[in-house]
Amino acid sequence: MHETDQELLAQIAGIRGFQPGTAFNLRQNGEGVERHSTPNIQITPKSDQPGINIHISAQTSEEEVHIPVILTKSGITDVVANDFYIEAGAKVKIIAGCGIHNDGCDTSEHNGIHTFHIGKNAKVTYIEKHYGEGNGDGKRILNPSTVVYMDEGAYMEMDSAQIKGVDSTKRNMQCHLKADAKLMISERLMTHGKQNAVSDVSVFLDGENSSVRIVSRSVGKDESVQVFHPIAVGNARCKAHIQCDSILMDQAKISSIPEITANHVDAQIVHEAAIGKINSEQLIKLETFGLAEEEAEAVIVEGFLK
Amino acid sequence: MLTLSNLSFQADQQEILSDITTSFPDGSFTVITGPNGGGKSTLAKLIMGIEQPTGGSVYWNDIDITNLSIAQRAKHKIGYAFQQPPRFKGMSVKKLLTLAHGKVLKHEQCCEYLSAVGLCANDYLNRDVDQSLSGGEVKRIEIATLLARDLDLAIFDEPEAGIDLWSFAKLVETFQQLHQNKKMSILLISHQERIMRMADEIVVIENGRIARRGDRDQILPSLIQDFNSCEYKK
Repeated sequence: MHETDQELLAQIAGIRGFQPGTAFNLRQNGEGVERHSTPNIQITPKSDQPGINIHISAQTSEEEVHIPVILTKSGITDVVANDFYIEAGAKVKIIAGCGIHNDGCDTSEHNGIHTFHIGKNAKVTYIEKHYGEGNGDGKRILNPSTVVYMDEGAYMEMDSAQIKGVDSTKRNMQCHLKADAKLMISERLMTHGKQNAVSDVSVFLDGENSSVRIVSRSVGKDESVQVFHPIAVGNARCKAHIQCDSILMDQAKISSIPEITANHVDAQIVHEAAIGKINSEQLIKLETFGLAEEEAEAVIVEGFLK
Repeated sequence: MLTLSNLSFQADQQEILSDITTSFPDGSFTVITGPNGGGKSTLAKLIMGIEQPTGGSVYWNDIDITNLSIAQRAKHKIGYAFQQPPRFKGMSVKKLLTLAHGKVLKHEQCCEYLSAVGLCANDYLNRDVDQSLSGGEVKRIEIATLLARDLDLAIFDEPEAGIDLWSFAKLVETFQQLHQNKKMSILLISHQERIMRMADEIVVIENGRIARRGDRDQILPSLIQDFNSCEYKK
């Protein structure tokens, strides 16, 4: 594996290649290039379209699956559909993510569609990081789509981060929760330059005592534009809490457009949103430690997106 | 030595501080007190560089620091504890103390600074300095950030405000120790008699001017007398 590939992997997944003892699938420039299954986690290619099926058995306990995607050629549009079948009671950590290195003049684009079927009482941690780099004029575009079906008592933590280098992104997520299912979504985003990011997240709380918590933290710099559109629909006795906090810098623009619907008298749905520049007292406090204003800003932003 | 020369500050065409000229010797413990709105906090902010004076100068060890930034004054080992400290989403207590200290802090050092303000490091180090902490907890962490720094001048703006009685007793002990070490000068804005009793000197600021200044034993009785007078109770 080339140094650039390893660096991309390190950025998006904290690894530089296959980790023995884990399930692993590396997709590079539109093709699967390395695949490893474990006794509990079987990864197989789809026969009808680009992508893989990941079967996670009920015996899986605290195992990891890495399914990184990297694009290192300019001018590639990669569309892939990955389906996860997580059996009842399994406990698994899935580390996805996409890194684009574009030194060319043409656009590199990855559109990943992930569908999760999470069985009863299964516990899933899903980490997804997006990252772009390269010296070319070609755009780096990432459009992830995620569909989640959670069975009774299922639990999922989703942590998505896009901190640097992606010119345009449109995230679409749809989640359907049955009784006692619990979903925790943490979204971190930083845009700069003329980047554009749109995030549409819809959660349908269909089962009794289902719950969702969405925490979105974002920083908009330069002339970048961000739009958040979180939707929570309560169709039963359920709880939803959506919290969107954004720091606005320079000439950036951020919109937060919540949509909350209660179709049941015992649905409790809360949305909080705050957009504003960095609190001047925070800056002053850090300056009293000897930090210059720019250093103080960087520390505040780093902590905010932690 | 800190010297203020004809220091004035105006805001919205209103005189907040007028012609303050005084000095504070090295290693001294001075309590600044006086009625609300008299200009005490503004004076502290002018010394730290948070506000810029509309007239006069600030000298620190014979260097004119009037036009220095907050960060530059911090590098001259001047520190400031806010009356109402800001909160930080995503910043842990440990990170804040480390930033204050300027380099990596050992767990024992964090323990030392936090226990000096009545907090247990194990309970607080990994917590964020955000809305999950009470006002009193944030205030105590604020004071701990000054303890974590290597200062020659520490300015505290009403450190006792919002702190419960037990923690206040601990805080008084901490200030006593700081003063006994004589390593730094302390300027402390307070209305608390118990804190004033620790001071070498008391400065009373009223209507933007120094109304009285003198030894603790000279000023404190008159302040208590004022407090008990009919005029004060009005």
